[in-house]
Amino acid sequence: MTPTRVKIPRPLQSFAGGATEVSVEGATVGEVIRHLADEHPGLEKHLFASSGELRSFVTLYVNDEDVRYLQRARTPIHEGDTVTIVPAIAGGTSGAPTAPKEPPLGRDQLVRYSRHLLLPEVGVIGQKKLLSSKVVIVGAGGLGSPSALYLAAAGVGEIGLVDFDTVDASNLQRQVLYATRDVGRPKLDAAKERLESLNPGVRVTRHAERLGSGNVLEVLRPYDVIIDGTDNFPTRYLVNDAAVLLGKPNVYGSIYRFEGQASVFDARRGPCYRCLYPEPPPPDQVPSCAEAGVLGILPGMIGTLQATEAVKLILGIGEPLIGRLLLFDALEMRFRELTIRKNPTCVLCSPSATQHGLIDYDQFCGVPQSDSAAGGIGIPEITPEALRDELGSADPPLLLDVREPGEWEVVHLPNATLIPRGELPDRVTEIARARAVVVYCRSGQRSSQATRLLLELGFQNVRNLKGGLLAWSERVDPSMPRV
Amino acid sequence: MRQHARATYPEECCGFLLVREHSHPRVVVSAERARNGLETERGRQFEIVPEELQRLEDRLDGSGTIVGGFYHSHPDGPARPSARDEEHAWPRYSHVILRVTSRTVGPVDSFEFDSDLAKFEPTRLTVRPGGGTVGSGRDSKNLLDESEET
Repeated sequence: MTPTRVKIPRPLQSFAGGATEVSVEGATVGEVIRHLADEHPGLEKHLFASSGELRSFVTLYVNDEDVRYLQRARTPIHEGDTVTIVPAIAGGTSGAPTAPKEPPLGRDQLVRYSRHLLLPEVGVIGQKKLLSSKVVIVGAGGLGSPSALYLAAAGVGEIGLVDFDTVDASNLQRQVLYATRDVGRPKLDAAKERLESLNPGVRVTRHAERLGSGNVLEVLRPYDVIIDGTDNFPTRYLVNDAAVLLGKPNVYGSIYRFEGQASVFDARRGPCYRCLYPEPPPPDQVPSCAEAGVLGILPGMIGTLQATEAVKLILGIGEPLIGRLLLFDALEMRFRELTIRKNPTCVLCSPSATQHGLIDYDQFCGVPQSDSAAGGIGIPEITPEALRDELGSADPPLLLDVREPGEWEVVHLPNATLIPRGELPDRVTEIARARAVVVYCRSGQRSSQATRLLLELGFQNVRNLKGGLLAWSERVDPSMPRV
Repeated sequence: MRQHARATYPEECCGFLLVREHSHPRVVVSAERARNGLETERGRQFEIVPEELQRLEDRLDGSGTIVGGFYHSHPDGPARPSARDEEHAWPRYSHVILRVTSRTVGPVDSFEFDSDLAKFEPTRLTVRPGGGTVGSGRDSKNLLDESEET
């Protein structure tokens, strides 16, 4: 094999006998650099850490390509290739030996955190770490509520909350941050008040905005740990991707009826969410809590697991839930654990990654555009007011409810027919083709898919109730409970 | 360098020291700004992306001027190498560190990493702004001057 030319950066030339270029053999970049250090032992400590790994700030190029974007040390070398060693220059104030001394814990803090201070794994040093840490919780709902309460109690210095919703009476069954009197208030206002009354030493930062590709990096950047308490796939992928790009741990939790999952995704040390789920499920396959229901205590279990993992990460103690997916079943009252590995072809966090930035997550997850935006193109709609008028006419349309039976039992429109969306293709013959049909669900999303399906099956006069029962209750019948 | 440190505060600035080739002690002819390649922790850390160094070296090739070191600021920190600086130290380069606060820039200090001792040692640098020839009439200025109000 012909030796490969290795260009030596100026500061290392004196360790290679003054040469600007050295020729060594090797089939891969890793072998070439290893042989280089063997031939010039003075280079060893500048290229390799004591663990034998290449030092993180030594960058290697094959011709013009950074090997981090190829196959790293395993990048094969071909005849005529040139390997260049380029110093990555880095540093900064952090970890400065003369960092300003933190003030000692005050009397109130010594008392408040005394049960932490007694733990050798926490102690004064650990408690100070918590006090200077910053955690952001995406979603101040079922999962975010218990997480935020326990993190505030634990003395996490800054808690960021991301949510743009208001408190709804149907939240109170599980979102323990809020009280009955908070119904109708912006969630973040109520949450900030509650958390600061629990622990005035905690700073609560409100991010009352919808997280998207345009703002996610900016919102999450200041924080040390991200807690994912989202209830939808576009935001979950968005938060995962942002965490990977920012190099931050993402403490994941999700809930469905009686079952929950939790894990810690940290692409620097293990898999990311995309390694586990490269693709989202089809949008109509996974109902949200609002559609499927959830045991109110379940998010309490999973949210406190997330808070526990966040605190462990900050303290640097124990075994983080990295590379492990914890599954909880409340009906069986059983925990199971699955090992999850980094996907060697993950589009985001593998050496062969093809995605180096954020994408359009609604499109990625196949979310139908909301009616306010593109307007479910081609789907005929009817407003709640127009429907009220038509129902009062001589020839009222057939009302088709495409929600689940549990939702139907709570509330439905009089004289409606229930055919859950999933059963619609098999039961379409039950619908009289001659009549006008108005399809409805809770928010207008599922019914717009059902309307499209019926149109495709040749129904002539089908319309979607715009905004679903939520809009009906708001604009036509306030006595109908909004669930 | 001072302007750069002031402009990027509270984030760290970083850049290159262009040095006359074969000068001992090093003669700095100019400083050139670099981009802080980090996405996060920019108030406490910096990283110069290797491509940028590579491009500059290609440009300087044969000009008699070389990249002889780097500068960076420590916002609200001391003008001394930090533990992180030591972890990432490259030998045979000058490392200039500027203390910067919301009001002041300075002191400014220069170090070189001694790989045998595995620690930074203070060094003196001579500055000849504009890259003029030796003895152009301009006094060389020691970097170790007083802090100044901004």
